[in-house]
Amino acid sequence: MSEDYNDNKTIQAQSSETMGGGGAGVTPDMDYVRPAEIADQDLYHGHSFITKWIFCQDAKVIGVQYFLLATFTGVIGLILSWLMRLQLGFPGAAGFMTAEHYYQFVTMHGMIMVVYFLTALFLGGFGNYLIPLMVGARDMVFPYLNMVSFWSFFVAVAVLMASFFVPGGPTGAGWTLYPPQTILEGTPGSGAGILLMCLSLILFVAGFTMGGLNYLITVLQARTRGMTLMRMPLTVWGIFTATVLAMLAFPALLVGALMMSLDKVLGTSFFMPTILKAGEVLEYGGGSPILFQHLFWFFGHPEVYIVALPAFGIISDLISVHARKNIFGYRMMVWAIVGIGALSFFVWAHHMYVSGMNPWFGFFFATTTLIIAVPTAMKVYNWILTLWRGNIRMNTVMLWCLGFIVTFVNGGITGIFLGNVSVDVPLSDTYFVVAHFHMVMGIAPLMVIMGAIYHWFPLVAGRFLSEKLGKWHFWLTFLGAYSIYFPMHYLGFIGVPRRYFEMYDSPYMTSTVGMNEFISLAAFLVGAAQFILIFNIIKTLKTGKPAGKNPWKANSLEWLTPTVPPEHGNWGDRLPVVHRWPYDFSVPGAKDDYITQTTPPSEVSNTGVEKT
Amino acid sequence: MSEPKLEGIELKPGFKGMAEDTGSDQTMFKGVHWGKAMMWIFLLSDTFIFSCFLIAYMKGRGSTPVEWPNPSEVFALDAFGVPVPLLLIAIMTFVLITSSGTMALAVKYGYEKNRKMCGWLVLATAIGGLTFVGMQAFEWSKLIHEGVRPWENPFGAPQFGSFFFMITGFHGTHVSIGVIFLFIYAYKVFAGHYDQQKRGWFTSMKGNYVEIEILGLYWHFVDLVWVFIFAFFYLW
Repeated sequence: MSEDYNDNKTIQAQSSETMGGGGAGVTPDMDYVRPAEIADQDLYHGHSFITKWIFCQDAKVIGVQYFLLATFTGVIGLILSWLMRLQLGFPGAAGFMTAEHYYQFVTMHGMIMVVYFLTALFLGGFGNYLIPLMVGARDMVFPYLNMVSFWSFFVAVAVLMASFFVPGGPTGAGWTLYPPQTILEGTPGSGAGILLMCLSLILFVAGFTMGGLNYLITVLQARTRGMTLMRMPLTVWGIFTATVLAMLAFPALLVGALMMSLDKVLGTSFFMPTILKAGEVLEYGGGSPILFQHLFWFFGHPEVYIVALPAFGIISDLISVHARKNIFGYRMMVWAIVGIGALSFFVWAHHMYVSGMNPWFGFFFATTTLIIAVPTAMKVYNWILTLWRGNIRMNTVMLWCLGFIVTFVNGGITGIFLGNVSVDVPLSDTYFVVAHFHMVMGIAPLMVIMGAIYHWFPLVAGRFLSEKLGKWHFWLTFLGAYSIYFPMHYLGFIGVPRRYFEMYDSPYMTSTVGMNEFISLAAFLVGAAQFILIFNIIKTLKTGKPAGKNPWKANSLEWLTPTVPPEHGNWGDRLPVVHRWPYDFSVPGAKDDYITQTTPPSEVSNTGVEKT
Repeated sequence: MSEPKLEGIELKPGFKGMAEDTGSDQTMFKGVHWGKAMMWIFLLSDTFIFSCFLIAYMKGRGSTPVEWPNPSEVFALDAFGVPVPLLLIAIMTFVLITSSGTMALAVKYGYEKNRKMCGWLVLATAIGGLTFVGMQAFEWSKLIHEGVRPWENPFGAPQFGSFFFMITGFHGTHVSIGVIFLFIYAYKVFAGHYDQQKRGWFTSMKGNYVEIEILGLYWHFVDLVWVFIFAFFYLW
């Protein structure tokens, strides 16, 4: 069995003498990099179809698996949103749609999109594929655990989907699952539905913990020679910090889901107060529903940043590469990511302003919420300053980046409205809230995902996605998304409540008919536009233009593998040695407009490059 | 899994050393095994789980309108006809903390490559853990016999039973998982898997005595959590 493992090929220390010539005045130790501290990683190479593609331990394959499964759940979430918009725009058009169904679709759409689509896609998909490549590791540090992580996610999705087919259907309590109504009769899916939801969440958290430990230790302990933390691409910083948040926030969700299941199955009263139903006192009593809200939002708010921070990181890299400029204020960007991550643990109760809190708590959480706008705004300024006077390539990737910045600023500004208690109270539970969070954590991260797909597809598949189809995809999505969510702000201002199945003959019904129809039509269009991407991918895999090595002329390590797409083990015989940060674009005096991370200083000693 | 090689790298003590390690390439925790770093971070995450449980318990105990039972009466055990408060819990705690001591010695002998001593001490730790779980099962059955259920109890607030069974159950699950692993590792030590660097059954990674220390970290954590549960549940 000895050929199964590449046994301890220790890294050949590259002495400075053997590295490229360099100009006059180059000191011999200019290219010095500390010797290897860790032996080369011992990898298990699969041989059969099953160990290579199904129970695979290669982080890149696991990343693609995560990506495909998350996309599948995302499409389900998309179809659910179509059904909801069909009901809202054209009440009664779908004959089978009852109020119960509507609530179930709202709930499942929310939970699927936030947890099973965005989180899994950013951390499981991009994290697995990019972290080892970007930090110069052969694989994740615990490949077996990583494989189990994906399959736990698979079971979690299967359990979630199973809830569509149990008696009573999936839970319809809203994605926040607030007790007591979640588990009381009368709420759709209050039987098997909510139990499967809790079980699925617990499985997701368990699976994610295994993956998260991998991401963290790979970044902390398995970087290649020369790769310091402050030379890592911001993508890795974003995913790393998001993973830290997840490791500390998911426990609250796990505990909440467990206690909720016990309330349902064993009849405990953790979250259940004394309840009168049709004049009769239920068996429950003495519990605290607010406790669940605290547990849920202690997870729920960091969750927003678990989605947003990887998006921030990825967008920084995309903008820098496609504007051919170094990222403006790299260190500021890193500290902003870390600062946002830390602050995100102190803002959760701004989701609970109307739940009944001590006003001083509202004051405290409003303050912390507004403080978090500071590092976030810094990031936006830095993206704009990176674009400023850049040599911008107006390709599909850049369009998605620009779309992201605009959308994110939009959603961020409405966040300032909702962060203030006195403004939030009238806007709470209206369509303004729906518009806000869809802009800021729905559409904006989605734009990043799309940009990232167009950017990294040539690496994963070796071919360029079609630019023509990509531009159609972008413009339909961008304009369509604005057509959906801009009018929604207005609906919120005039007071239309969210989560209502139908407005019946309230004044809202008559005055908003046209607008609701328009929003629904736009939603159908935007949803359909996403299938352009799927078509584009299938077409490209067959007939796309071959990309070759480093097609975007980027600097970071993932483009510098000996083979494209990278093979298991990533780097062939020898690990890369890093000499600089990944943002040396358009350096004055340099031969090309980019200097890769592995270029030793002696080769570019005649340029104006700064030491990083 | 890789052995750290730190020749030619001078490690500085204190805050300065920490800052230097953080700013350096390759690893942040110099010479620390990947699995060990992973266990520390996992335990941090697990700390948050138990904190959530205990905070929920405090909130639940504070908000229930019915009076909370007196733990020294509920958890008393008759010894020679005299009810002694917390007698069983004291013995359980003693056994668990003692098993932490044997675990620490097992780690020491493991690094000294003293296969026999290490194996016996891991086995002793496993037996200590098993005794703890056994006594917990006895305590549970005693309370159930007295009529305490997750949804009610004859002594007062129903949340008492809910939180008691949930939190000690969750901790007991941790101990049980630890015991299973301790038995497996005891077998692996006696069979010489760590001396021969035999590859693992699932992970196919080479065996190394550091695994004993990693399991030890988990075991000490489980004991530490028990101290908090003891303080919050039995003494408050």
